[in-house]
Amino acid sequence: MTEPTPQPNPEPSMIDRMRERLVPDAMPSDDRGRMRMVMDSLVLHIHPAKVEASTLKWTYTWGLGGLAGLLMTILGLTGIVLINNYTPAAPQAYLDILELNSNVWFGELIRNLHHWSANLLIVVSVLHLIRVFVTGAYRPPRELNWLIGVAMLLLVIGANFTGYLLPWDQLAYWAITVGTSIISYVPLIGNWLSRLILGGPEVGANTLLNFYSMHISFIPLLIFGLMSYHFWRVRKDGGLTLPKKAESDSQVKPERVTTIPHLIRREFIFAIVWIAIILVFAMLVPAPLEGIANPDISPNPAKAPWYFMGLQELLLHFHPLFGAIILPGLAILAVFLLPFFDINLTSVGVYFRSQRGRSLTLLGIGLALIATPIWVVLDEYVLNWNAWLPTWDMLISNGLIPLAVVLLPLIFLDEWIYKTFRADTEERVLFIATFLFTAFIVLTIIGIFFRGPGMSLYWPWAIPTIH
Amino acid sequence: MTQTASPDPNLSRRDFLKIAWAFLGGVALLETAGVFIAYLQPRLAEGEFGSIITAGLVDDFPANSVTHITNGRFYIVRLGDGGFVSVYHRCTHLGCTVPWDSTAQKFICPCHNSQFDQQGLVENPPAPRPLDLFPVAIENGEVKVDTGTILQRQSYETAQVVYP
Repeated sequence: MTEPTPQPNPEPSMIDRMRERLVPDAMPSDDRGRMRMVMDSLVLHIHPAKVEASTLKWTYTWGLGGLAGLLMTILGLTGIVLINNYTPAAPQAYLDILELNSNVWFGELIRNLHHWSANLLIVVSVLHLIRVFVTGAYRPPRELNWLIGVAMLLLVIGANFTGYLLPWDQLAYWAITVGTSIISYVPLIGNWLSRLILGGPEVGANTLLNFYSMHISFIPLLIFGLMSYHFWRVRKDGGLTLPKKAESDSQVKPERVTTIPHLIRREFIFAIVWIAIILVFAMLVPAPLEGIANPDISPNPAKAPWYFMGLQELLLHFHPLFGAIILPGLAILAVFLLPFFDINLTSVGVYFRSQRGRSLTLLGIGLALIATPIWVVLDEYVLNWNAWLPTWDMLISNGLIPLAVVLLPLIFLDEWIYKTFRADTEERVLFIATFLFTAFIVLTIIGIFFRGPGMSLYWPWAIPTIH
Repeated sequence: MTQTASPDPNLSRRDFLKIAWAFLGGVALLETAGVFIAYLQPRLAEGEFGSIITAGLVDDFPANSVTHITNGRFYIVRLGDGGFVSVYHRCTHLGCTVPWDSTAQKFICPCHNSQFDQQGLVENPPAPRPLDLFPVAIENGEVKVDTGTILQRQSYETAQVVYP
C-alpha cells in the first residue's frame, strides 16, 4: 500500500470554507474587492468611512447617544430573558418576582440590570437632549432628527412607566395609580381614555395585562424602528455638528481619520467601561421591591415614579388640568418646536452659543435655583388662593392665578435679559429654557427628597415614617 | 342652446381620481383605527367589583357611622338622620384610597392631603370635586350598592341620600 500523493491544489475543507466566509484573512487585492468589503461592513453602514478628527473628542458629545443605544441593547437582552420567568397576572406577577429573586439562577442580577439600565436610560436620554440643545445641534438640517429624538424620549418614559407596574408591589401599584389618574383630567375624553388604558375604573388585572403588552411589544418595536432611523439620520445630516471655522482658515481642510479603527476603538472601549459600571452597580444595589399590591391601603406618602415627581410637585400647586395637562403639554410642544424657532446657524457646535450665552446660562440656573424653592415654600405656607377666593371656580383660583404668578415674572425676566444684555433670539431661548429646565429639576428633587407623609414639606433627614 | 362647460374646469379627471383615492384611503384608515379601539375596550364583567354588592342589613349601620366595605371599594355612610350614602373610596384627585379618620371625623387622603367630610364633600383641596358615589338601594332591609355605576357630582344634593 502506498500513501496517496498530496494534491497540488487541494479543495479547501468544509471547515476552512466556513472560516473563510466568516472571518476572511486575506484582504481583497483589487479596488473592486476592497470596495465590496466596505459596502458589506455593518459598521460602515452606520458610520461614514472617515470622520473629522475633531469630532472624536469625547468631551464634545460625552458619548451620550451611544450610551443610550448601549442601554437599549442591555434592556432588550435582559428584557427578553425576563419574559421567561414572568406571568402578567395578579397576584402571580408578584410571586414570580419573589421567585426570580430567590430561586432563579442570576434572576436577581438580570432584574437589577434591567431596572438600573432603565433608570439610567432616562437620565442619559435627557442629558443627550440637553447636549444637543446647548450645542445648537438641532438646527437645520437636523430638525427632523431632533423630532425623532424627542419622540423616542417620550417612548422611553412610556416604556419605563409601563414597566414600573409589572412587579405588582405596593410601590408599583400606587405609583401607577397616581400616574394614570392624571389621564382622567384630559378635557372631554379623559374618563374614556383612562378606562381604555386601565381596562377598568382603577388599576387592576386588566391594567397589568395592558401595560405588559405595551411594555414588551408595541413600545420596544417603535423604539427600535425610530432608533435605527435616528442613527441613519445622523449620518445623512452630515455627521456630528462642528463649530463654523473663521474665514481665515476656511481654506485649510480639516483633518479626517478612518472610522476603523479610530472611532470604533473609542466606541468599543466606552461600551466596555459602561457595561462594567452597570454590572457592578447591579450586583451591589438591588432593585426595590415592597409588599404585594393592596388596593385598600395607599401608602403615605404615595409617590409617582421619580421621573414624574416634578410633575407631581406641580400638581400640589396647580389644578390638575393645569399641572398635569396644560403645562406639560405646552412644555413638550415647545421642545418639539425649538428647531423651527431657533435657526441661527452661526453658533452651531459651540457650547452655550457664545460667551454671553455662557453667562446667561449660569444666570438662568442660578435664578431658578433661588426662585423655585422660594416659590414652593411660599405656595405651601402663605399663598392660598382657594381660601382667599372661595366663590371663584377652582380653575381660576387654583389654575390661572398661580400660573400668572409664575409666568409674569418670567416674562419680565426675559424682557430684562433682552434689554440689559442685548441678547439675541437664540440666547433668549437658551436662557428661558435653562431657567425652566432647572426649575423642573429643582421641583423633581423637592418631590423626591423633601416630601413626606401627606406630601408635606420636610427636611430629607427628618421625614417621619408612618406605619 | 350653448353647450355648458364641465362644472369645474380646474378639476381634471386625474385630480378627481386622486382626491377620491385619498378620501377612500382615509376612510379605510379610520375604520382600521376604529376596529382597534373597539377591540381594546375594557371587558366589564369584573367579578365582585362592578356588580351589585350587598353591604349588610340596615340595622348593621348605626346612625352617624362610616363603614369600609373593602370588597366593594366603598364606604357605607349612615348620616345622623338615618340616611344612607355609598362613597367610592377612591380620591377624586389622583386615585389614592382614602381612609376614614375616626378621630378627625374626616376622610383624609394620604397622597396629597385632600380632606372630605362624612358625606364626601371637599373640605380641603387639591381634590377638584366631592368623592364619587354609587347608587344605593334598600330592599327587604338589606343595603345594596351598584358598583357598576360611578356617580360623579359637583356638590351635595338631597337626592343623593337614600332613606330606608
